[in-house]
Formats: sequence, C-alpha cells, structure tokens
Amino acid sequence: MSDINSRISGIVGDNDVVLFMKGTPLFPQCGFSSRAVAILDHCGVAYESVDVLQDMEIRQGIKAFSDWPTIPQLYVKGEFLGGSDIMMEMFEAGELQTLMDEKQVAKAE
Amino acid sequence: MPMSAAEIEAMIKHALPGAEVEMRDLAGDNDHWAANVTAPQFAGKSRVQQHKMVYEALDGKMGGVLHALQLTTQAPTS
Repeated sequence: MSDINSRISGIVGDNDVVLFMKGTPLFPQCGFSSRAVAILDHCGVAYESVDVLQDMEIRQGIKAFSDWPTIPQLYVKGEFLGGSDIMMEMFEAGELQTLMDEKQVAKAE
Repeated sequence: MPMSAAEIEAMIKHALPGAEVEMRDLAGDNDHWAANVTAPQFAGKSRVQQHKMVYEALDGKMGGVLHALQLTTQAPTS
C-alpha cells in the first residue's frame, strides 16, 4: 500500500464520519461540497472534514482510494458511502439518517 | 471544451445499451449538467456501483473536462 493510501486509511479509520471536500464546512468552495455539508448538518451528526484543496496528495489519492472520480466523498465507519448525489438521494429517502443511527454515529454537539 | 449533453448521453448509451438518459442543463451554460439514467444493467447493483458504471461509461471525463454532473440512477421498475 502506498503512503497516501495508508494516510487516507488512517483518516477514514480514525473518524466515524469523514467528508473529503473542497473548502471547509464554514466556507465550502464548491456547490457539491456545500450540499454535502448541508446534508450532514441536517442529519445532526458529528463529522470530520478534510479540505482537499489544502492537500494535493489527498486530492489525487482519494480518487484512487475509492475508485471514485469526484469530490466530495463521504465515509462512515470506514465505508465509502458515495458523493453528494448519493448523499442527497439517501437523505431524501430517510436512509442516511437510519444508517447513522444504526452505525451509532455520535451526534453533533 | 465543455461536453455537450448529446455527447454525454451518447457515451452513456454506448456503454449501457438500452439505457434511458434525461439531461438537464443546471446553469444554462452548457457546462453544468444533471443526468438521470435508467438502465437495465443497474438491476441488483448498489447506488455506488450504479454511479461507477456511469463514470466508467464517461471514460475518465468525469472529474476532468466534465466537472459538474449531478447524477441520479435507477433500474427500470417494470
């Protein structure tokens, strides 16, 4: 496993919910990332975010890691869940909230 | 050069024969698209797998020249 893969594995393994995004939750730098943040905020879960614009290695590495060409990317308990479109579909169907409950993800403070 | 709706639709249909593709121009600029894809090949696949099949159909364009494609996918209901 390459260095960047093990670095990403570490981040994904150390945090229950991780969003790889462009910008920060307070200042998202892309519409899709902004939508992903809004969905997580609606779910009321605690999450870690990684700004890929601040780290070129992660920005490229994350695409290979999940075999997924775009950002944002959401990981819950180590599992890749999808990008903002899948998040939105799951949220609208109530599936995302159910999954967060089932996986016993901590609520936002 | 941004990709046209016809080009995107053609690539998806080429890789997924029998697929129905609805394209919507999100920003009126011929560059930000929404695609709704219904394909028999999606049956029994997870959402992540379905989206990956569309990204594969787009042959590396997604995340490159095609930076804004909002995607929804489903298998035909009947």
